[in-house]
Amino acid sequence: MTERIHDEVERVKAAGASAPKPGRDPVNQPMINNWVEALGDTNPIYVDDAAARAAGHDGIVAPPAMIQVWTMGGLHGQRNTDDPLGLMLRLFDDAGYTSIVATNCEQTYHRYLHPGEQVSMHTTLEDVVGPKQTGLGEGWFVTTRNVWTVGDEPVAEMLFRVLKFAPRPASPDRSAVLRPIVGHDNAFFWEGTAAGELRVQHCPTCGRLRHPPGPMCPSCGADKQDWVVAAGRGTVFSYVVHHHPPVPGKQLPFVVALVELEEGVRMLGELIDVDPATVHVGMSVQLALTKIDDELTLPFWRPAS
Amino acid sequence: MSAIADKAAIVGIGATEFSKDSGRSELRLAAEAVRAALNDAGLAPADVDGLVTFSMDNNTEVAVARELGIPSLEFFSRIQYGGGAACATVQQAAMAVATGIADVVVCYRAFNERSGYRYGQVSSALASAPTSSGIDAGWSYPMGLGTPAAQVAMIAQRYMHVYGATSEDFGRVSVVDRKHAATNPNAFFYGKPITLAEHQSSRWIVEPLHLLDCCQESDGGVAIVVTSVERARDLPNPPVIIRAAAQGSGSDQFVMTSYYRDALTGLPEMGIVGEQLWSQAGLAPEDVDVAVLYDHFTPFVLIQLEELGFCPRGEARHFIADGALEIGGRLPLNPHGGQLGEAYIHGMNGIAEGVRQVRGAAVNQVEDVAHVLVTAGTGVPTSGLILGAA
Repeated sequence: MTERIHDEVERVKAAGASAPKPGRDPVNQPMINNWVEALGDTNPIYVDDAAARAAGHDGIVAPPAMIQVWTMGGLHGQRNTDDPLGLMLRLFDDAGYTSIVATNCEQTYHRYLHPGEQVSMHTTLEDVVGPKQTGLGEGWFVTTRNVWTVGDEPVAEMLFRVLKFAPRPASPDRSAVLRPIVGHDNAFFWEGTAAGELRVQHCPTCGRLRHPPGPMCPSCGADKQDWVVAAGRGTVFSYVVHHHPPVPGKQLPFVVALVELEEGVRMLGELIDVDPATVHVGMSVQLALTKIDDELTLPFWRPAS
Repeated sequence: MSAIADKAAIVGIGATEFSKDSGRSELRLAAEAVRAALNDAGLAPADVDGLVTFSMDNNTEVAVARELGIPSLEFFSRIQYGGGAACATVQQAAMAVATGIADVVVCYRAFNERSGYRYGQVSSALASAPTSSGIDAGWSYPMGLGTPAAQVAMIAQRYMHVYGATSEDFGRVSVVDRKHAATNPNAFFYGKPITLAEHQSSRWIVEPLHLLDCCQESDGGVAIVVTSVERARDLPNPPVIIRAAAQGSGSDQFVMTSYYRDALTGLPEMGIVGEQLWSQAGLAPEDVDVAVLYDHFTPFVLIQLEELGFCPRGEARHFIADGALEIGGRLPLNPHGGQLGEAYIHGMNGIAEGVRQVRGAAVNQVEDVAHVLVTAGTGVPTSGLILGAA
């Protein structure tokens, strides 16, 4: 995918500037009037001929910041087929970078425009950088340069940069989950989840199964314990639906179930792939061991299939 | 009768204002509360030879002693397990006084629990502690169960399933607390009663708990002065006798996550406290005139009523249904408004209310109070007191 993006970027760059796109109307007073009114700009040189001449102009001038206005496409405007920005947006939409945010807009004005002047604009693709990991998600910075001309004379330019990005998935970063402390008495459990097993402590002396585990059997006092592998099936003994406050590594709302295993012990786990409204005491669930990263595999549960 | 029953008395209570942002240090809150309690007792800092607080309190006994100008301490002690420590601080004081180890012991608790470190949030520090508690937390926090509301909700859900209790049953506790707080000028929710409908429409925190099932978070401090019954007779306030004081922890006990016992519908540690209280004082539930029950979350008030023997298991919802918990009812509950209504000072403000009720000096005074039952934090190893008139 990245290679296809680079190829297309090079092709568009090599094609150079798009064909000049003429503005729909020449620079005109009614549009200036609307614009200064909307922005509350009271500078008289945009509306009063005498004031403009007193300021050294040859009559009324257009506000420089209106430069984009003169070549806008109108309500139903279409980008020209050779517009580099349009080509880039389509490229990244197709590649899954479906969201956009403008990050830079730097305009340079070479001279004032006067009513009656016909403005055109052409665009070149300056640069494309990516993929970058951003706060919004992975994306590409696309930089274009617009040049406005009257005849052959450049009158204004704009460097414009957007971030085309793939929005972060709605689920949070599960690796942010709070980590268990691992020590002598519980290492077998967490080694088990990493190995794909749900291990339950077993007393080799009296046969008691126990969760959470500990270093000494409360039934017979034996201090040497081993474990058995649970089948990974159980029922919901109780549960909660957590709405507030946020919990690291979890997406609100989420369900935590106290699962009674077939083997007879109880164990807490997040219940996933379920509509919280359908969870009930007695519901059959099955283990869904989920690797968070190389150091942690968590026992999640899901409705039994 | 136990060796400490009727040996010690509460002779002074003190508190700061209860707020959401005290604007001052926790140590200052502690010092203010202790000084207020000593003033109430008619005692001076130089009379104090013992200090007791919670292991969770951020103010050391020596720091508090310095601020108060207490010249020497001969007894200092701390109690574990969050709000479960509340009544046990008074038990420590009573034991020290009864054995002659100390003469005047002040129990205190002060924090900026709302504007500073909030217990209602997920405690990542607890989950990563290299201790047995940290190991225990590893069976719940990584699974997403990491707030007190969630920890209580797990038991509440099972309790509802087994006994048919409803969210409205929980809500009645909240409504009565807020009714009492509404007429207590020291309560944060003074003048702000709620209806059961408002409880039901409040947002979910952790199902099955609504926002209004969860107590507020508060800044503030409370202190309690304990001395011998003999010395109490020479002090200005009518002595409030410590008729019984007990701690309790149950089988297969965890802190907030005792989910692996046979049933998940009780608070056995509170049952253990209750049995000792009745035995020490030679009293029974029907002798209690006011109950100050720890109410950080409403469901555990119902379960406490059952564990303490006020009603059979599963029947608390019937016990409370007809206004029994209101002033004038069979068992007036938390006349100060409880932690849901007055303030969350980890149960210590409830002990102060118990003292006022015995003195006959409470803002929402119950008539003819001979015995007040006070309990500490629930879901954790806990404690309780029976206070009575001399």
